[in-house]
Amino acid sequence: MTTTDASCATCTPVIRIQREDFDIAAEIAALSEGRADIGALASFTGLCRDEGGRLSALELEHYPGMAEAELGRVAGEAAQRWPLTGLVAIHRYGLIRPGENIVLVIAASSHRHAAFSGAEFMMDFLKTRAPFWKREHLVTGETGGWVEARDADDAAMARWTA
Amino acid sequence: MSVKIVYFAWVRERIGKTEETLDPPADIVTVADLAGWLADRGEEYAYAFENPQIVRAAIDHEHVKPDTAIAGAREIAFFPPMTGG
Repeated sequence: MTTTDASCATCTPVIRIQREDFDIAAEIAALSEGRADIGALASFTGLCRDEGGRLSALELEHYPGMAEAELGRVAGEAAQRWPLTGLVAIHRYGLIRPGENIVLVIAASSHRHAAFSGAEFMMDFLKTRAPFWKREHLVTGETGGWVEARDADDAAMARWTA
Repeated sequence: MSVKIVYFAWVRERIGKTEETLDPPADIVTVADLAGWLADRGEEYAYAFENPQIVRAAIDHEHVKPDTAIAGAREIAFFPPMTGG
C-alpha cells in the first residue's frame, strides 16, 4: 500500500508496508529520477540476523492501517525538522529469513547533514512508535518468544527531544 | 457505547482473540479504566493485562496514554511495546 502524507511540506513521503522484499537501488532511482535538486541521499537498511545461528526466521506482525499512519506521522515530523526533499520508508511483515531485508529508510536533501539526520530520526522513531512486533522462529523448528523492546531504543528516540 | 477492540502480538495471544466488539459500562471513561474492566473479564484477559503499565494503547490508529478518554472511539487497540525496525 502506498500512502502520502500532506503534513510533509517539502516532500511527499513514500510509505509502504509490504510482505514482499524491496530493491534498494530501484527505490533510490525512483526517488532521484529526473531531479537535479537532490545533493545528498542517505539510506538505511535493516536486515534479519540469525543471532549466532539460533534463529531460522523472524515473524513480523503489524497493525494494518496504523502502521502506515504512524510512519506517515514520523515522516512528517522528520520533514519539519530538516529540509528534506525526499523520504521513503518501507517496512516488511510476515516471515523474514536471516539475511533478508526488514526495513528501508531513504532521506534526501540538498546537503548531507539533513539526509543523515532525517534517516536516523526516521529509524529511531520507527523502532519505538511504528506498530510492528517481532517473534523468533528457532532453527530447532520451535516457535520462540516475542522479542522484547529494548531500553536502548527508547533512549535513542529520547535524545531527539532532549 | 459499542466499540471495536483489537489486540496484537502477545496481548492477542493471551486473550485468544484478534478483535471483538464490546459495550463497556458508562463508568468506564479512560483507556486505563477499559484495560481494568477487560482484565476482570476472565483469566485470559487478566493474564494479558497482568502488568498493565507495559501494555500500550491506540485509539483510531493513534498512540494514546492511559488517561485518555475513550468517548467517541471507533477502534481501540492494545498491544505490547513495539519491536519493529
